[in-house]
Amino acid sequence: MNNVFVYCEFEGKAVAEVSLELLTKGRTLANKLNCKLEAVVIGSGLDEVGKQVFPYGVDVLHTFDDKRLFPYTSLPHAAIIIKLFKEEKPQVCLMGATVIGRDLGPRVSSSLHSGLTADCTQLEIGSHEDKKAGKVYENLLYQIRPAFGGNIVATIVNPEHRPQMATVREGVMKKEILDPAYKGETIRHNVNDYVSDTDFVVSVIERHVEKAKHNLKGSPIVIAGGYGMGSKENFDMLYELAKELHGEVGASRAAVDAGFCEHDRQIGQTGLTVHPKLYIACGISGQIQHIAGMQDAGIIISINNDPNAPINAIADYVINGNVEEVVPKMIKSYKKNSK
Amino acid sequence: MGYKIIVLAKQVPDTRNVGKDAMNADGTINRAALPAIFNPEDLNALELALRIKDQFEGSVVALLTMGPPRASEIIREGLFRGADNGYLLTDRAFAGADTLATSYALATAIKKIGGYDLIVSGRQAIDGDTAQVGPQVAEKLGLPQITYSEEVLSLDGDKIVVRRHIDGGIEVVEGRLPLLLTVNNSAAQCRPRNAKLVQKYKYAQSKSESDPMAERYAEMTKGRDYLQITEWGVADVDGDTAQCGLSGSPTKVKKVENIVFQAKESKTMSGSDEDVENLIVELLNNHTIG
Repeated sequence: MNNVFVYCEFEGKAVAEVSLELLTKGRTLANKLNCKLEAVVIGSGLDEVGKQVFPYGVDVLHTFDDKRLFPYTSLPHAAIIIKLFKEEKPQVCLMGATVIGRDLGPRVSSSLHSGLTADCTQLEIGSHEDKKAGKVYENLLYQIRPAFGGNIVATIVNPEHRPQMATVREGVMKKEILDPAYKGETIRHNVNDYVSDTDFVVSVIERHVEKAKHNLKGSPIVIAGGYGMGSKENFDMLYELAKELHGEVGASRAAVDAGFCEHDRQIGQTGLTVHPKLYIACGISGQIQHIAGMQDAGIIISINNDPNAPINAIADYVINGNVEEVVPKMIKSYKKNSK
Repeated sequence: MGYKIIVLAKQVPDTRNVGKDAMNADGTINRAALPAIFNPEDLNALELALRIKDQFEGSVVALLTMGPPRASEIIREGLFRGADNGYLLTDRAFAGADTLATSYALATAIKKIGGYDLIVSGRQAIDGDTAQVGPQVAEKLGLPQITYSEEVLSLDGDKIVVRRHIDGGIEVVEGRLPLLLTVNNSAAQCRPRNAKLVQKYKYAQSKSESDPMAERYAEMTKGRDYLQITEWGVADVDGDTAQCGLSGSPTKVKKVENIVFQAKESKTMSGSDEDVENLIVELLNNHTIG
């Protein structure tokens, strides 16, 4: 009762990355709240799923295994979660801000009349005072998210209703194994106690899914390298910075032509157009064709040893220095100062 | 046979064209500086509905929106593009609604309209990007849902086949009416205004828009019922005020921070250890990186 629940997506034979990231975050929240972490997996062929989730610190795993439950459709998955939550009364429920999580979450929250915050970028535990009602709530989930086209950041709380539900995009939270030998309990539920035949009114008749190689277009943070990176070895440092900041690597055409990076990461008029929250241009002079593909970025940082590089004119921050020295400093400094 | 389709639409501030004056000095949003527009994906939804109307004679497309009285602007916009009529849900009691209270209000209005085969809405609105209201309305009406829809591939009696645009691919799903669809921006663009329809509907008005000249309005709309945009408050849709607006919203906004709006003046620094560290700390503190 009153535990932290994570709805885990299951595709093929594996739990989705975003779900493992949420289990990692869920474990941290459960420790702060002094409660258990429980995972729910709904799909088909789930015998091995325990091995995948327990290392993240899952105390209880609920499985619902039935051929009809894959691929995902809204009604059966919603019916299971709604009934399970009525029985288990979680205080927090996390889902991926994926096509599935954004289809399922609102349906569940509507039925349970519990609030849901979409696309959170941070989750914390804290107190909340309702001055009008003269009430103080302890241990609430702070659901922090950008809103209004990314121009503001709002902290949302859900004082009276349970579970406190939130969705989070892939790549926002860090994935970290707690203990490879962590022991949890598995509860295999009888699916027919939770769904009825009428829940299968919508059926999937065709499906083509390919795993994307990268999510440069949708990434809130882009680290892009240009010809000024000097070599492929130097360019590869950008992947390390991107990994730390949870961003994606892009390149200017000059860097692609020089063989530092594959073409599918090219940003600019003849490549991708990106509109991240943060764009770090490393050794990019800033030809107009490149700027066309990234000028809508929220904050632009330019690292260049040429103080007159055209890109500096549209940058919010200009670092006059050698990229191959500045990038490792950024990685080091981020590791030191981030929580 | 024709279908009765209700399109859910929202008037939103255009967050994609935000200028420097969009934020007030105190960090709140200067709504006056932002143009109010028809939410883009709701236009995709309208087009999807209009295509069904084109194909099946006798179909009716109604627009439903909730908002302040000026939201009837988007109903007129919808009429200019081919919708048949519109409903404006407006009441102080609806103010401050989160997605759940919004979907409650819309669901009560849809029940009041009644007799529908299909509810269509945009996947999400650009001012909140939550994508919640569609599925929540479906749940409240006990309807199945198909989200992220791109195209109706076939419609035959009550059997509908829809292509969805999902993470990394597509899915073709089959369902039975009545149901609710939410539509992606990858779906067909909405058709432009039709000049004849602009002529026909340019004086269409809701009750609160016409009050100051009630007499003239009554005279003008006499025998022209299509110029009346239906306007409803909580009582008209038999709504429970406790479930509407702020009081019906489980989520509360605790804090809002304005992060991105700063003057576009470059800050120049060296590549020294100290300067790099200061920059990283600044970006962490203002939530640019996490």
